[in-house]
Amino acid sequence: MNGALTTRLGAGVIEGVERFGDFMLLVGRTLRALARRRPPLAETLRQMEAIGVRSTAIVAVTATFTGMVFSLQTAFAMARFGAKPYVGGVLALALLRELGPALAAVMFAGRVAAGITAELGSMQVTEQVDAIRAMGADPVQKLVLPRVAAAVLSLPLLTVFADVLGIAGGLVVASTQYGIPAHFFMRTVTYNATVDDLVSGIVKTFFFGAIIGWVGCFMGLATHGGTVGVGRATTRAVVTSSISVLIADFFLTKVLLAL
Amino acid sequence: MSSSVPPASECTVELRGVRKAFHGQPVLRGVDLRVRRGETLTILGGSGAGKSVCLKHMIGLLSPDSGRIWVLGTEVTRLRESAWVPIRRRCGVVFQSSALFDSLSVFENVAYPLREHLDLGEDEIAQRVAGSLDAVGLPGAEVAVRLPEELSGGMRKRVGVARAIALEPELVFYDEPTTGLDPANARRIGDLIAELARRLHVTSVVVTHDLELCFAVSDRIALLAAGRIAAEGSVDEMRASQHPAVRAFLEGSHEGVAGAAEEEADGS
Repeated sequence: MNGALTTRLGAGVIEGVERFGDFMLLVGRTLRALARRRPPLAETLRQMEAIGVRSTAIVAVTATFTGMVFSLQTAFAMARFGAKPYVGGVLALALLRELGPALAAVMFAGRVAAGITAELGSMQVTEQVDAIRAMGADPVQKLVLPRVAAAVLSLPLLTVFADVLGIAGGLVVASTQYGIPAHFFMRTVTYNATVDDLVSGIVKTFFFGAIIGWVGCFMGLATHGGTVGVGRATTRAVVTSSISVLIADFFLTKVLLAL
Repeated sequence: MSSSVPPASECTVELRGVRKAFHGQPVLRGVDLRVRRGETLTILGGSGAGKSVCLKHMIGLLSPDSGRIWVLGTEVTRLRESAWVPIRRRCGVVFQSSALFDSLSVFENVAYPLREHLDLGEDEIAQRVAGSLDAVGLPGAEVAVRLPEELSGGMRKRVGVARAIALEPELVFYDEPTTGLDPANARRIGDLIAELARRLHVTSVVVTHDLELCFAVSDRIALLAAGRIAAEGSVDEMRASQHPAVRAFLEGSHEGVAGAAEEEADGS
């Protein structure tokens, strides 16, 4: 019984390590492809439109409502210390440093990793990836590089957008629900938040974008088992990329705070 | 046979003792096969016999566990992906599912290998794409602008052929070219394979379980059963063969094929 459990556990660990190794091989091949030739520009732009521009709505709604509820909760709590008017400063720091990047990345992971995996997974099971190789082209250069590049370039822009909308949402709630004047709210924002706060948040999103793009591509290219396999791979891509982003967030923040 | 001797120059593809297993399950158990220049060789076998696996070894989509492979005069057994490029440039592959790129029009699908390997102007690309589409019986600009999803299965297959011959290859591989087609379309694809072989002087390797296609297009036939080439010969030789695996396949008993092939292999 115990033996069987150990065996299963061992097999699971080995499989996990193997998959991580395969993932890192894909990362290496992408970087080598990038060193050899620059990413196909037209395809990268097309991907930025598909995964970046089309993610603006979901990021906008998430950021606005998060800013609103944050303002609602924080002003309520801060009223206990008599600090209610300063909600803008707290909101700005939280959004720029953490909430903006993390929320944008998690929403982006859900939408983009799923989309990339479903597309590349379908291409894999219908032999389109084999066809690219058989025609003497490189699937990493053709498929992975433009998608990862688009994800890395899109997410920081979306995060700036999320930061702005989050603060706007917070401002609306603070002034309508708690009667904090808009100009005072904005003054607490600009007084407390610095460019460093903005930058420390944005820097992380380049890494998040890379993780999401690569996990999506990896899961897509590793798809097997027909249409059922595509569904399985897509679910796995969303779960893996969201969790990886949150874990990476902690360690990146730790490193950035130490700098 | 001395395995260090390179293949004769009249062979475009040669497999020696190729073995391949997936998850411990052997699929190819020592395949020996030669494809001669200019011929159409059909690898015949039941589903699951390893025909497609065999073909994928010839274009480097799979590499063997053991054994050696030569393609167009180069040993490809352990070739790196980048070293495959010049060889693949001289080959065309028609996939079982056509494998057209969904996001690209028919025109762009056929133009894909041209753009990848040749530095041509748009006019010249358009001319060559039109030529390829014409060769597979899909002339006119109307089809070229359509997306693959707007085509019937038979048309998709023909676009797949047009893409495979766009670079004027020396060697064309067909993976189950008639699977999923109605008899009329299947016959049409058969005629197309025979016509292209005649007109373009290409060497063709066809993988199929379709006897009608096999007899219509082949110069030679190799029967793959139980992971080995159980028998090979010209169409007439195979029709007349008393080999039990060949008889079993021609008479439509697929289980019988594998059984007979295994007995034969054990006995020899």
